[in-house]
Amino acid sequence: MPRTTESAQHPADTDTAGLRSRVRDLLAAHDPATTPRDTFLRARFDAGLAWVHFPEGLGGLGAPRALQSVVDAELEAAGAPDNDPRRIGIGLGMAAPTILKYGTEEQKQRFLRPLWTGEEVWCQLFSEPGAGSDLAALATRAVRDGDSEDAGWTVDGQKVWTSQAHLARWAILIARTDPDAPKHRGISYFVCDMTDPGVEVRPLRQITGEAEFNEVFLTGVRIPDSHRLGAVGEGWKVAQTTLNNERVAIGGGRIPREGGMIGKAAATWRERPELRTHDLHQRLLGLWVEAEAARLAAVRLGQQLTAGHPGPEGAGIKLAFARLAQEISGLEVELLADEGLTYQDWTMTRPQHVNFTGRDAGYRYLRAKGNSIEGGTSEVLLNIVAERVLGLPAEPRTDKDVPWKELAR
Amino acid sequence: MTERTAEPENPEQAGPDLLYSEAEEDLRAAVRSLLAARCDPADLVLRTESAEPYDPALWKSLGADMGAAGLLVPEELGGQGASAREAAVVLEELGRAVAPAPYLTSAVIAAEALLGSGAAADGETGRLLAGLAAGRNTAALALPWSTAPGAPLATTVRAAADGALTGRVTGVADAAHADVLLVPAAGPDGPGLYAVDREAAGVTVTPRVPLDLTRPLADAALDGAPARLVAGPDEAEAAVRRALLAGAGLLASEQLGIAEWCLAETVRYLRERHQFNRPVGSFQALKHRLARIWLELVSARAAARAAADALATGSQDGPVAVAVAQAYCSPVAVHAAEECVQLHGGIGMTWEHPAHLYLKRAKADATALGTAGRHREALAGLVDLPAPAG
Ligand SMILES: Cc1cc2nc3c(=O)[nH]c(=O)nc-3n(C[C@H](O)[C@H](O)[C@H](O)COP(=O)(O)OP(=O)(O)OC[C@H]3O[C@@H](n4cnc5c(N)ncnc54)[C@H](O)[C@@H]3O)c2cc1C
Repeated sequence: MPRTTESAQHPADTDTAGLRSRVRDLLAAHDPATTPRDTFLRARFDAGLAWVHFPEGLGGLGAPRALQSVVDAELEAAGAPDNDPRRIGIGLGMAAPTILKYGTEEQKQRFLRPLWTGEEVWCQLFSEPGAGSDLAALATRAVRDGDSEDAGWTVDGQKVWTSQAHLARWAILIARTDPDAPKHRGISYFVCDMTDPGVEVRPLRQITGEAEFNEVFLTGVRIPDSHRLGAVGEGWKVAQTTLNNERVAIGGGRIPREGGMIGKAAATWRERPELRTHDLHQRLLGLWVEAEAARLAAVRLGQQLTAGHPGPEGAGIKLAFARLAQEISGLEVELLADEGLTYQDWTMTRPQHVNFTGRDAGYRYLRAKGNSIEGGTSEVLLNIVAERVLGLPAEPRTDKDVPWKELAR
Repeated sequence: MTERTAEPENPEQAGPDLLYSEAEEDLRAAVRSLLAARCDPADLVLRTESAEPYDPALWKSLGADMGAAGLLVPEELGGQGASAREAAVVLEELGRAVAPAPYLTSAVIAAEALLGSGAAADGETGRLLAGLAAGRNTAALALPWSTAPGAPLATTVRAAADGALTGRVTGVADAAHADVLLVPAAGPDGPGLYAVDREAAGVTVTPRVPLDLTRPLADAALDGAPARLVAGPDEAEAAVRRALLAGAGLLASEQLGIAEWCLAETVRYLRERHQFNRPVGSFQALKHRLARIWLELVSARAAARAAADALATGSQDGPVAVAVAQAYCSPVAVHAAEECVQLHGGIGMTWEHPAHLYLKRAKADATALGTAGRHREALAGLVDLPAPAG
């Protein structure tokens, strides 16, 4: 009685054995010890071993997504360089699936390879000062330069909380193209060149002291029409792909037992018997159980995806991880007693990476506060679960069918 | 039953299988339709106060005709040769229906105790086990229902050299209706596990008034009751621990089923119930409460599946997986049942509405086979998170 069903049929040479042999060929042609990093990563992309579930010619082989781990493990064992996924999470997790789904052939060919190798970092220009949870209320305008079919666009507006903007070569951008339409219908989706002279990136310092995110001012930014993703006015629909993948990216992933924040607190507990108290012990055990159950839920979601039956559990897992990261890091600050009263460094820096479990307990505690805000706040995700998963009725709304320009701001 | 399609070294597939197979889904559908037809919640409310809390015809259909009673027992010993994974699916459905059936006590715990006692097809123990597996008889392990898998087994019963048992055990689940009691007792050579007929001379089983109306409790008094040794000093303790571990691990699936019913029923009610000219379920304060229960269910399902899979595969990780499942699922079922009562308003407080049956079962299950706190304490040892010294 097979318990694991593979949804997609795949040719024999993209099964586990086939992938291993492709990895061997790649390693034979490009010895990781002597090949420059970028060269190796480009060759890996061209061999279809970047993301095996992507189509051939775009870094993949059309193989089951689950088999990626086979490739990753083999390459890691061979000492091959990786693409530093923590530096390019927005590109990998959000831009790439959206480009794959809505991009033209030309866009896919242009953007996906340097996105995956990390030669080009991406950021997400969605949130605005007046449009966060209610993203569809956004006010950044994109105006067509003339009436011709392929006329380009000029963009003016302000974005905020833009992670990695200081490193980014490209951005995924949503802007209003029709202020007369109701808010969800007048939006279009673009790829924005972050080197355009009209793009100004200013650091925004966070409660951790560092500036992971930025505010981005867009003044007369020019975007060719060939950098539009999806149809004019369909940007909200395209953005759903990005946002759904964002929640998968933040919530999903396979982690070993004690792999996340709980591992940090457990290690401190084991190494520092003098800090132990009965109250902390009870709370630690409770959080350990919850973290393990949430981890198993993530593993189960992965198994569902592999079997071709994705469930709505992703939103739930993101919610659980956010709360647990906050509680566990908070517990660790208390556990550390006097040491928990100190902080490594408040110096303002602009980090290369998003770092949830690094630095000291105080940093982890503060950074975790963002987990229930970024990628959709926990309150909004609970609304989504209640309405889309449980089918509970929506609250009465006043903003749906009114032209955007008539809404209160 | 553990055939897997992927290669073990594939890290994506390693670890527990947390999904349901097609065969498991078929089994679920069969049990669910039987319970839908024969175990209506409204009838249950009436039945709980009758002299016969169990429905013998339902047990025959489920345990004997459908073969559910023998899922854990190998075919050569008269069972179905399935595993804890399938038994867990049956328990999810029994929990969803708060069905009064001696499944967990007899088909899981007693059967596992006998399996751990080296039951052989041609022996007395094997015959007893075959009777349980066929759903002909039921047995109950004579320990207080609150006993955790790792608790010290302080026996309150002594066995004489001829096997006669004397002593008293309180709060045994399903004892009043079991054909056989499996009694851990201190024998002349050390601890043993003994089988005694409930009807035998010297056995007095006195029903208690249970908090959970759907799982009767009784005290068993033994006064020189004739019994047969099932497992001697070498095996008895391990057999009892194995039985309690399986029981605790699979209780998590029952708790999952309870919580699922409570959530589904509350969602259904709040979509219909109108106050303030709108469905009550459109108020965000309530939506978030229900969404939180759904979140808990997502993790509870994963934890319960992990425990069932670990028991099915005999994984080394079994004790951890079971402790996690119990520590996590017990409060989830109670939370879901408490919210179910509260969010039904006045009707939730009535004897007539079945919500209270779920609340009582959930609350009793939270103590059964070790509280969440006991299981967390067990984890302190199992995963090396020791308590403070002194
Ligand atoms: C660390 C970090 C990194 C980020 N990176 C990016 C990025 O790279 N790109 C990007 O575009 N954005 C980014 N964001 C922005 C993020 O997506 C928004 O902050 C988030 O969507 C919330 O919007 P807001 O800040 O305007 O809060 P608001 O929407 O104003 O919310 C304020 C409060 O009201 C609650 N609330 C709002 N609506 C409802 C409702 N309907 N029901 C109940 N409660 C509600 C919220 O939950 C919140 O508690 C980042 C944020 C953080 C913290």
